[in-house]
Amino acid sequence: MGGPRIPLGQTPSQTIGPFFHFSLPWAGGADLAGPVPAGRVIEVSGRVLDGAGEPVADALLEIWQADAAGAYGGSKGFAGFGRCPTDEAGRYRFRTLFPGRAAAPGGGLQAPHIAMSVLARGLLKRLATRIYFEDGAGNAEDPILGLAPAERRATLVARRQGGGADYRFDVVLQGERETVFFDV
Amino acid sequence: MTVAAGFAREDAGQPPLLFPDYRSTALRAPAHPPIPAPLTVTETTGPAGPWDRLMGAAAADLTTQAGGVAQGQRIIVGGRVLDQDGRPIANTVVEIWQANAAGRYRHDKDQWDAPLDPNFTGAGRVVTDDQGRYRYVTVRPGAYPWKNHANAWRPAHIHLSLLGAAFASRLVTQMYFPDDPLIALDPIVHAVPALLRSRLVARFDIETTRPEWALGYVFDVVLRGPDATPVDP
Repeated sequence: MGGPRIPLGQTPSQTIGPFFHFSLPWAGGADLAGPVPAGRVIEVSGRVLDGAGEPVADALLEIWQADAAGAYGGSKGFAGFGRCPTDEAGRYRFRTLFPGRAAAPGGGLQAPHIAMSVLARGLLKRLATRIYFEDGAGNAEDPILGLAPAERRATLVARRQGGGADYRFDVVLQGERETVFFDV
Repeated sequence: MTVAAGFAREDAGQPPLLFPDYRSTALRAPAHPPIPAPLTVTETTGPAGPWDRLMGAAAADLTTQAGGVAQGQRIIVGGRVLDQDGRPIANTVVEIWQANAAGRYRHDKDQWDAPLDPNFTGAGRVVTDDQGRYRYVTVRPGAYPWKNHANAWRPAHIHLSLLGAAFASRLVTQMYFPDDPLIALDPIVHAVPALLRSRLVARFDIETTRPEWALGYVFDVVLRGPDATPVDP
């Protein structure tokens, strides 16, 4: 075969719309940890807000993460994926495991993080962001976190609440405290 | 494990985040452009099943889910899930949802004054075979009004959700029907560049059509996947 192949055109994204709730089932939903957690259980919760500071009541959040050892899809019983629609107040809550450190490109390790997709009416395509942890090891050297401008980096870091296993992470779609989103 | 394999980036067919004619984008599109990031193992991996355990049994026939037979024009929709290099994406789940034949969703917040069909739920999921093929049976959804602008109507459409092989492949889209005059008036479709909108429209296919039973449509889905020629690791 000679010459470069012309790639097929990608199917364009369209909004998820407001009526997805009766579809898109997932075992456990927003509970990734399950009844026999294989690691440190945490809860990550927050609100999704629009550019006027109003709650986004019809978003779907999806997360994808490594297991407690830093491996993706490697452990039985921990799929590493979960889904949570927001409620009327724009709130969501995931119960999951504190992720281990996965390999970084070019060697070394990434800081503990959870990849998040944000889908909603009014979003023509998925927004991708990352949840880091204020007490996570290696945040200062993380190659992806470091791409965010210093003054906006805090939007990617979940804050520990009450000294326990509860982390707060708001998703601000637009405005002064706009969450950093990545083109992945 | 490959950590930083080459991976196809978005092509010109993807819509922008801010598209003023689609009014809901005004307060929801981020003001800052997404920051380009190299893909790590986080983005080049994704959930891989077993789908029955994670999503329940496949639901490939939406016309007989609720006891009786759903109202409306029975149709077959099938196609292949491929990456940009034409490689089939096998064993990936295709989730769908849609309004019924009258244009009404089985959803508490759908207030459109069209009848619900007790025999139609409108949600399904199928898993692609080793050639990336999927196929389901449903009814042609109706158009319905929405409040985006005066006399606004959504063209008939089926929502599709695909996880693909990796976090980076995630796609949620809508499939439209050929010869629907509402496509030309729809701001959600119009967010896609004009020359590339046909990627969202299924084609009628007489081979998929079953005699004396159902009309057939073909809709292939192309997801972003690993590059044929990896860039430097």
